[in-house]
Amino acid sequence: MKNFFLSRLLQASIVAVVVGAVCFALMRALPGDAAMRIAAGRYGPDARIADAAEKVRLELGLDRPIAAQFLEWIGSLLRLDLGHSLVTGRAVAHELQVQLGASVWLAATALLISLLIGPLVGLISGLKPGGAADRSGLAGAVVFRAIPPFVLGLILMLIFSRQLGWLPPAGFGSPREILLPALTLALGLAAMSSRVTRNAVAAVARAPYFAFARYKGLPEAVVVRRHGLRNAAIPVVSYLGLQAIYLVEGVVVVESLFAYPGIGHALVHAIVERDVPMVQGTALVMGLMFVAINATIDLLTFWLDPRTRRTA
Amino acid sequence: MSTIDHISYVQPKSGIGAARLTGAGLLVLLGGFATIGPVVIPVDPSAQDFGASLAPVGSDYLLGTDHYGRSLLARLAHGARLSFGMAFLTTLAAAMPGVLLGLLAAWRGGWAEKGLELMATVVLALPGLMLVLLLLAFSPGDYGPLFLGLALTLWVEFYRVTKATTKTVLSQPHIEAARMLGFGSRYILTRYVLPVIGPMIATLAAFAMATAIIAVSTLSAISVGLQPPTPELGSMIVELLPYFAEAPVQVLLPAGLIFLLVLGLQLLAQGERA
Repeated sequence: MKNFFLSRLLQASIVAVVVGAVCFALMRALPGDAAMRIAAGRYGPDARIADAAEKVRLELGLDRPIAAQFLEWIGSLLRLDLGHSLVTGRAVAHELQVQLGASVWLAATALLISLLIGPLVGLISGLKPGGAADRSGLAGAVVFRAIPPFVLGLILMLIFSRQLGWLPPAGFGSPREILLPALTLALGLAAMSSRVTRNAVAAVARAPYFAFARYKGLPEAVVVRRHGLRNAAIPVVSYLGLQAIYLVEGVVVVESLFAYPGIGHALVHAIVERDVPMVQGTALVMGLMFVAINATIDLLTFWLDPRTRRTA
Repeated sequence: MSTIDHISYVQPKSGIGAARLTGAGLLVLLGGFATIGPVVIPVDPSAQDFGASLAPVGSDYLLGTDHYGRSLLARLAHGARLSFGMAFLTTLAAAMPGVLLGLLAAWRGGWAEKGLELMATVVLALPGLMLVLLLLAFSPGDYGPLFLGLALTLWVEFYRVTKATTKTVLSQPHIEAARMLGFGSRYILTRYVLPVIGPMIATLAAFAMATAIIAVSTLSAISVGLQPPTPELGSMIVELLPYFAEAPVQVLLPAGLIFLLVLGLQLLAQGERA
């Protein structure tokens, strides 16, 4: 148990250091003199800008060696002091709060929809391997996995907003706007989880304890519920950890596509505008979101599978 | 970008199943289109002809034109070559160090392995696309960071599979027997290790190529990857989307091409177990 938390904590700090280091390098790679830029931002570009820049350089320690500046950069990152956006001038932390909420809603909705589709399809396929349901489930999974998320999003947009006119193609505010981006992510996630579920269910259905439950006369529904679901859920839940990658990456893509004002959208914008503090803030939060999802999945596996408790 | 697909990794069955054959066939066709197409088709993919803007399929232009009147056939061929080329190069740049370092870690163990494990952990701490995005922030729209970012995220999978498999192979008694008989490291490597990891690396490479194709097109579709007028399939889709009402086929063609490319690679990699 402690090991789980320690390794996730380690992962979180690696995320912070990697993001911080890349953004520090990014800041230095920006053209021009940093002190001059900051001075111009603070006092406006006027005749005495060179003096002002010199003062800023001394004040912020921009004349110190790179290593010292780097340590301070990482230090302020670890104190969660994310600085101010170069574009809007507002505190990065403040902007992130709003966007994080939107992204978490999107990710949660997507995960929920995928959990409604994927495991159900997988369960039906796995109970009769090789049957009609299994074959069409396989075909569906192969097709949906080969469509990149942005193409899938466009197709859904064309069907549901253009042809049928049921859902808005973009925007934010009501639950209606969250549906299409969430469905895009959910279909991709379900395409993968349905096959994992199918294999897990098929493995459980072949297991001796499953046959025994039948022989002792339990009704089929009880056999599946009591002896099937929890055992089959173990690989499915641990597979969710890998799906977290798809989810976090997908959030970036789908938010940009549907103009959904979440963190992924902000990250892409910040990259285009070269707003380094925002790049750092958004990348950090998305990375930590990834770690948090993984930690939750660790906990779930721990609860589902008592065997992990003995070894941990 | 992930590597999600090879979780339940088993050694691919020998022999060629129907799915794998389909995948190989698709790839041969698309590969032919991507390599021969740009050479044979005499039209410049960026030559504009405003008189024939959004020409339908089958007119003067075989697959129609886009909103600038650029031949879609030429653009698709160049786009396919770009996708294939980028995917092939990034996979090569990921597989070479991945496999070599994996062999090194399995063979040597000790500090070499510890250091490499740390590097892999650092790369895997962030989702792959995030790393690519961060590198792209240095110069959006360039090939360099895109290539570097993809290779940097993709090598880990090659490294880990090679290391794990090589370790199991090396710990088996027949290797010990071969060593005692006086066979050198090189013989053991080529006769015992490579035949085992070879098919796995091939499968991983197909997945990595599919991942790279999706990533390259996705990044240019969200306007941080390669920029128009580069004939890139993802940016072609987004460029043509506003004209969907007039020319739906033109939007669907590049999308279909990406789909077939990825499908071919996935079928080839996974075969019956897809």
